[in-house]
Amino acid sequence: MSQESKSNPAEGTRSVVIERVFPHPPEKLWRALTESPLVAQWLLKNDFEPVIGRKFQFRSEPVQNWDGVIDCEVLIVDPLKRLSYSWGSMGLDSVVLFTLTPAEGGTHVRMEQSGFRPDQEFAYKGATYGWQSFFGALERVVGGLE
Amino acid sequence: MTPANANYVFRALADPTRRAIFEELTRQGEQTVHALTRYAGVSQPAVSKHLTVLKRAKLVRHRREGRETHYRAQPDALAPMVDWLRDYSAFWRDRFDKLEALLERMEP
Repeated sequence: MSQESKSNPAEGTRSVVIERVFPHPPEKLWRALTESPLVAQWLLKNDFEPVIGRKFQFRSEPVQNWDGVIDCEVLIVDPLKRLSYSWGSMGLDSVVLFTLTPAEGGTHVRMEQSGFRPDQEFAYKGATYGWQSFFGALERVVGGLE
Repeated sequence: MTPANANYVFRALADPTRRAIFEELTRQGEQTVHALTRYAGVSQPAVSKHLTVLKRAKLVRHRREGRETHYRAQPDALAPMVDWLRDYSAFWRDRFDKLEALLERMEP
């Protein structure tokens, strides 16, 4: 089992990577990742369906000033291999990608949540500006705090 | 300075114009409302409203000088956002533990 958190200031994006080998076959992992009631048991309540373009929501416990809703859209469904969806909450969008690889005695699962960027880029004063560039700035600002 | 509620920070920065104003202040240092209005290309009342939201999130501070109000960025207020990104690692680790437990319970 390994996990890492990485940031890439050069690209102005941030991502979280978690990797683990589960002692179970890819078929079983795929079910746990794609069958809505099973997903609800380990991740969050949802109306997910493994259909590209399908919009769905994860529902977390609402807290003050946040309704607990995460808006998603299915991006990649590559059975037993890759699953990806967008993940947006509080105006901040990212992309989640699961990659399954058969491993000795089980299945290696890699989850990367990346970008933390907006799904829509918008023009501002002629420049493209979004969360992506914002996080580039954030890295610099935070770097300057120390 | 007590940190602002993380929700205020997120809400303040979820808006593109406010994000642009905040970034302009981190880049250029202190600015008057007039200068920010020219930069943002929206009306002065709109800019003032945005600044109020940024102030509530403690992302900016202001001082008056004559008839002008000057604003400057308070980057320390970004701390909740940085923490939140870190929290995502912890979130997924925890969920992977739950996934492992689920796989044990599932039929082969």
